[in-house]
Amino acid sequence: MKTIIEPSKGWQFIDFNELYRYKDLLYFLTVRGIKARYAQSVLGVGWAIIQPLFTTLVFTIVFGGLAKVDSDGMPYILFSYLALWPWNYFSGTLNESSNSLIANAGMITKVYFPRLILPLAAIFSKLLDFMISFVILLVLLIYFKVIPGFGVVFLPFLLVQLLLCSLGIGMVLSAMAVQYRDVKYALSFVVQLLLYTAPVVYSTTAVPEKWQFAYSLNPMVGVIEGIRAMFLDRPMPWEWIWPGAIVAVAIFIFGLFYFRRMEKVFADVA
Amino acid sequence: MSEIIIKVENLSKRYRIGLQEKKADTFAQQMVNVLRYPIDNFRKIQNLGKFQDQDEGVHWALKEVSFELRQGEVLGIIGKNGAGKSTLLKILSKITEPTSGRIEMYGRVAALLEVGTGFHPELTGRENIYMNGTILGMTKKEIDRKLDEIIDFSGVDKYVDTPVKFYSSGMRVRLGFSVAAHLEPEILIIDEVLAVGDFEFQQKCLGKMEDVSKNDGRTVLFVSHNMDAVRNLCGRSILLKDGKVQVIDETSETLKYYLTGEKGNNYLNIQSEEVIGFGNKNIELEEIMISSSIDDLEELETGKPLFLKLNFKVKPNIDLSKARIDLRIDNQYSQRIIWMSSLANNKFNFSKKEIIFELPNNPLLPGNYILTVFIHDGLDVADWFKGVMTFSVDNSGSLFKTLKIPNGQTNIHLPFNVL
Repeated sequence: MKTIIEPSKGWQFIDFNELYRYKDLLYFLTVRGIKARYAQSVLGVGWAIIQPLFTTLVFTIVFGGLAKVDSDGMPYILFSYLALWPWNYFSGTLNESSNSLIANAGMITKVYFPRLILPLAAIFSKLLDFMISFVILLVLLIYFKVIPGFGVVFLPFLLVQLLLCSLGIGMVLSAMAVQYRDVKYALSFVVQLLLYTAPVVYSTTAVPEKWQFAYSLNPMVGVIEGIRAMFLDRPMPWEWIWPGAIVAVAIFIFGLFYFRRMEKVFADVA
Repeated sequence: MSEIIIKVENLSKRYRIGLQEKKADTFAQQMVNVLRYPIDNFRKIQNLGKFQDQDEGVHWALKEVSFELRQGEVLGIIGKNGAGKSTLLKILSKITEPTSGRIEMYGRVAALLEVGTGFHPELTGRENIYMNGTILGMTKKEIDRKLDEIIDFSGVDKYVDTPVKFYSSGMRVRLGFSVAAHLEPEILIIDEVLAVGDFEFQQKCLGKMEDVSKNDGRTVLFVSHNMDAVRNLCGRSILLKDGKVQVIDETSETLKYYLTGEKGNNYLNIQSEEVIGFGNKNIELEEIMISSSIDDLEELETGKPLFLKLNFKVKPNIDLSKARIDLRIDNQYSQRIIWMSSLANNKFNFSKKEIIFELPNNPLLPGNYILTVFIHDGLDVADWFKGVMTFSVDNSGSLFKTLKIPNGQTNIHLPFNVL
């Protein structure tokens, strides 16, 4: 095996062969993320249920009950939970991944491994929460006696879109956060604001027609609308989904290049 | 000769002092930079023709370092703090990129710049073995295979299913080293990690290292401040100074250079070398000469006489009747070996302003020694130099024609009779 070390120039693509060689590290870091998150807590993984559940309840009382936001004719609690399920995953990954490189600066400055593994592991370790909160969704569906439509076959497609979007933004933010600690401070409230750029507490029918295309460029709009439609057996809203899907792929590819470009200075600035 | 396995050519690494690499730290600063970019660029182009020194904020941690390493060689890297040792290792282990230059390496590389990287306090010892092992580039399968061996070597088998946060720091280090010791790379890069753990464990680690290099034919790069370890493990060594290679030679030669410095080391002029002693300077040391000849500078040899000549000046009207001079010779590890005092011999006469100590049969074996001079005027310390100079005894030719005393065995040869 021949290794050449030279100063690198310009934009390069991620080395997937190398990434594959370190797949076991990705696995253990993901497991470490999950175990460490709930270590020494009484409720443990239960927090993955409590957190979205209470947010949904508050939303239901404030927006559904007090503000009477239009929920497109479905029970508000189901309406908002169908959106919060992917949204919580998305916002959680942003927080975890953007912090992943800084939190592991000690590793970055002492050992070489593909740095991309750190944000990847952060994003994958959030998948457990995502699956657990799916259980609540099932309970709600049963309670409201809702039978999902055939659209559910498209669920994997939407999850890929969700994942690409999370990974793409996660890679960009984590790489930026190493150098600019501003990311950490900005992110905590930006994530809260972002909530209102997606149809989580309100319905897409509330968006003025001339803004609808611009609105649909947000990949999370398509993910949320699609998930709502498939579980409530409505026609798939492709017009909301495709613009966001293209944006998600674009963000992901940009993230790969951007991360690779920033990677080489991590050890110097972390 | 075995094949070349590492080839380093003109390696340089630049750091920005304060701001490492030329990037802004905050987004706001970066925004300002973006706005100022055209102006800065204009200035740069304007100055292109003029010859200017580097920016003030630039520091070359490594400058034009080149060397080659053959398979199975163990190369020591020594130098003072800040000489560029760690930067060199960081580039070799791909943690950071060089600014210029090129390295070619053939084989799997493992770098140990720290023990137990990636350990998480909440995970058990066993889980952390997997964690640490995969970070170092092992696969899960490999670790599965060696798990028992690793646990056994670490000696923490009883606690292997306890979270690491309950471990003592020593246990953590043992566990970390055990994982590292079971790596099977062709090239091993090690930084100072042996400076941890208790004595027994250190010996165990050193033993393992020797094993790895001598029996398995692996190539090792070893950075250490432990000269003894470097001497024992490394065939050749590099001495780095201010980011440049100063010496690359057999370890004994490099070490000699490092420990004794560049200058003729058997003579010292206090004033020109700007060495400052401690005391009231009623009696002030001026020159020291160490030689095997009384009137010339000659190499020191075991068994030949050793002369230590001190010149000093004395302030007028000082009562010298109770003055004394003590000399101490330490070995390179600062262990005290010889003590000589004017108190033990009443022939000293300070008014001569020159005193010569003679050791008739120099008992010091080849190696480097450190001299300490202590002058007392009878009431107070007059001039006191701790470790004022390093000198070396170069050969033992006249005493041992065929016998070679094993490395590190002893510092002093005492003649004895057999009855």
